[in-house]
Amino acid sequence: MPHTDAAAVALARDGDSEAFRALVERHSRAVYRLAHRMTGSPQDAEDVVQETFLKAYKQLGRFESRSNFGTWLHRIAVNCSIDLIRARPHREAAQDATDLDQFGGEDRGDATRVSPERLMLSTEVQDAVASAMSSLTSMERAAFVLRHFEGHSIDEISRALGLKANATKHSIFRAVRKMRTALEPLVSMD
Amino acid sequence: MTHLTEDDLVLHYYGELDSAAAAETAAHLRECAACRQSLAKLQRVFAMVDAAADAAVNEGFERTVWARLQPAIERAPGGWASWLLLSPARVAWLAAVVILVGAAFFAGRLSQPPRTPAADAVTASKDLRERVLLAALPEHLDRSQMMLVDLVSAEDARDVDVPAERVRAEQLLSSNRLYRQTAVDTGNLALAQVLDDLEQVLVDVAASPDRVSADDLAAMRDRIDDKGLLLKVRVLSSEVQKRQRRQRMAHAEG
Repeated sequence: MPHTDAAAVALARDGDSEAFRALVERHSRAVYRLAHRMTGSPQDAEDVVQETFLKAYKQLGRFESRSNFGTWLHRIAVNCSIDLIRARPHREAAQDATDLDQFGGEDRGDATRVSPERLMLSTEVQDAVASAMSSLTSMERAAFVLRHFEGHSIDEISRALGLKANATKHSIFRAVRKMRTALEPLVSMD
Repeated sequence: MTHLTEDDLVLHYYGELDSAAAAETAAHLRECAACRQSLAKLQRVFAMVDAAADAAVNEGFERTVWARLQPAIERAPGGWASWLLLSPARVAWLAAVVILVGAAFFAGRLSQPPRTPAADAVTASKDLRERVLLAALPEHLDRSQMMLVDLVSAEDARDVDVPAERVRAEQLLSSNRLYRQTAVDTGNLALAQVLDDLEQVLVDVAASPDRVSADDLAAMRDRIDDKGLLLKVRVLSSEVQKRQRRQRMAHAEG
């Protein structure tokens, strides 16, 4: 197995499928996690992984060896996720504020207010984050993930998603509002 | 004092404010304890989001990915024959393009909200046109499917009668344009988008010269891949099936 991505890419370009397999083994988990964040669906994420590596294989000739393979692959995965999200009929209109109560808008009382350090390890928090993320529409989720986790600017996200800047902003605002409504009650604010 | 809104705080957190607004926000935060606390709460919420575990990945995930990927990769190199000799999955997906175009079209129609008599009067002409198109759709789908099956099942590129396929694609193209326009008119934009992508593939085939170079065909295949057409069709399939199930359940309950 080639020791570096650059060596594996060079061999894969010459038709060495085992070298490409090495790249798949090194990067498929990271691609899956990104795709899962973007799409919110394990099945969609698996499809994005397949599509990403297939595209990468076909485009290996265009990959500049000076670049970082992981970064390049990451970009392809983001684009594949966006393609999938844009193809998916949008969910019903974003849930209104009353829907947010289900994520913990009511006061949970002092008993559940524990330190942030403990919360970070808490299953409850992880479930709450997952639940809040699943409450986002496809576009809200994509815009939020690209802004929050991937660090893209609103202009970049707008271009990627084919939205106007204001629409992107409002998708992010709605996503944050849902996340905050769901998670703020769990945060201890002394 | 006017406090900062949550949206202001979000833009501030992400560094998306222009320099003047950023300076104004920073100045406000220095002066306003309430807004500082709101920002702190927001930061804690984001910290929780960041700390939440990533999606779990099964043991042996990489092997599964490779097992699914390997057959496609072995067929990946370009050329007329490789474009035609597609993997079973790709054959199924291409056939699904045609089938799902029809399924999504029906789903789009069935999901239209009930119309008022006044609206019906206004749109009677359009409805008639839609009904005519709907009646023609099955034949269009059959012919499209036959063309695709002929293409993808050929043993060798020499077995394919390119001029004949071109004529068939030209005929399908005109029908496809009508369906796409109908999808737009009925507000089924997801279907319209897939039809638009399919149309571009049909245009490629219809515009093929009698002898097509390997490079031309590789470019055509890249266009299909770059659009993620097969993936879109698969997603559309899933969504259409869900909608159909919901409609069946609604009818059963109604």
